Amino acid sequence: MDPSVPGAPRGPGGERWLDEAAGPVVRPYAVTRGRTRPRGEPLDIVAILVATGRPAPEPGRLTREQRRLLALCRRPHAVADIASELRLPLGVIRVLAGDLIDSGLVGIQRWSTPSVQPHNDPNLLRRVLDELRAL
Amino acid sequence: MSSVRSEPPEPGPLAPDDVDDRDDGPRVALKILVAGGFGVGKTTLVGAVSEIRPLQTEEALTNVGAAVDDLEGVAAKRTTTVAMDFGRITLRDGVAIYLFGTPGQERFWFMWNELSRGALGAVVLADTRRLPASFAAIDYFEQRGTPFVVAVNCFEHADRYEAAEIRGALDIGPHVPVLMCDARRAGSAKQVLVVLVEHALRLAAARSVPSPPPRPATAPAFTQDG
Ligand SMILES: Nc1nc2c(ncn2[C@@H]2O[C@H](COP(=O)(O)OP(=O)(O)OP(=O)(O)O)[C@@H](O)[C@H]2O)c(=O)[nH]1
Ligand SMILES: [Mg+2]
Repeated sequence: MDPSVPGAPRGPGGERWLDEAAGPVVRPYAVTRGRTRPRGEPLDIVAILVATGRPAPEPGRLTREQRRLLALCRRPHAVADIASELRLPLGVIRVLAGDLIDSGLVGIQRWSTPSVQPHNDPNLLRRVLDELRAL
Repeated sequence: MSSVRSEPPEPGPLAPDDVDDRDDGPRVALKILVAGGFGVGKTTLVGAVSEIRPLQTEEALTNVGAAVDDLEGVAAKRTTTVAMDFGRITLRDGVAIYLFGTPGQERFWFMWNELSRGALGAVVLADTRRLPASFAAIDYFEQRGTPFVVAVNCFEHADRYEAAEIRGALDIGPHVPVLMCDARRAGSAKQVLVVLVEHALRLAAARSVPSPPPRPATAPAFTQDG
């Protein structure tokens, strides 16, 4: 950490803090080997990812975090679920998942009728309502 | 309800304890946002109605009002983590509601654009002692066309008002539901979500009235790609 940076208060451990609401300054992209932007369209926070079952061509090339992500996705998981379970920021999950999608190891479960998305499908909303009321 | 074409992924060579097998996982995810001013009860509401879980996102330092814009030439990669409220309500048949609350300070609102895309709707929490703190959230969801309800969190020492008075003070249209709640109580928090889903359903049904899209009973609602 560069001590010459102005206006950078220090936390108890010497780390730089912006204020209490924002956490410590981190470099989560060490995990993603420096990339900050996944290729292709950004993954929605509740996009549901599922492992395709295809074997990794070179399993050694996957990072530990990618192997954990792949393991989670043996059952469908939303991007937010994955970030929460792996305790990694959302943006990091997007990059890691983006690579796994590009290499065909993970697929995105898509709603195939673009004219009606889940959030404006009256039939689905009716069911959700019934179940919520019954909770 | 539409059916799902399920192609269970084949198990790969993974350590057994890597595998999460608590449930079959969601097949449809619906987003609900919980917004409102600082300290209005967002975290409390999400926690009352769902099991709250840790979730971090990151904000680029350019969003933060601190003089840290040129760090070692890697400013673009410098981020600070931001904790969000995150809860999930799992319903039957793989339907899950995901609740997201962002910190009340305005500088965290950059998350809303992404969160509100494809969202079922939003709960705008309000405190009668500080109604103006909810104006910006209301404007935002009105402009984006996101269905929203206003839930007035009834703190003990706050004066009580009728819903109509609140509606007038917030200058919201008659179609937007306004209700009183106690964000700490599960039943009350759940009722807020019920009213929101009712509202979203009314809007969705109105939209789909002219020509309901034909849906062959056998067509899969999902495909898997990638
Ligand atoms: N009396 C009363 N207190 C409440 C109620 N809801 C929340 N509180 C309290 O109000 C305080 C703020 O609630 P939070 O849920 O943290 O508010 P928040 O909107 O998440 O706040 P920020 O994330 O900081 O914007 C906490 O101390 C809660 O215990 C309520 O319905 N009644
Ligand atoms: Mg909070």
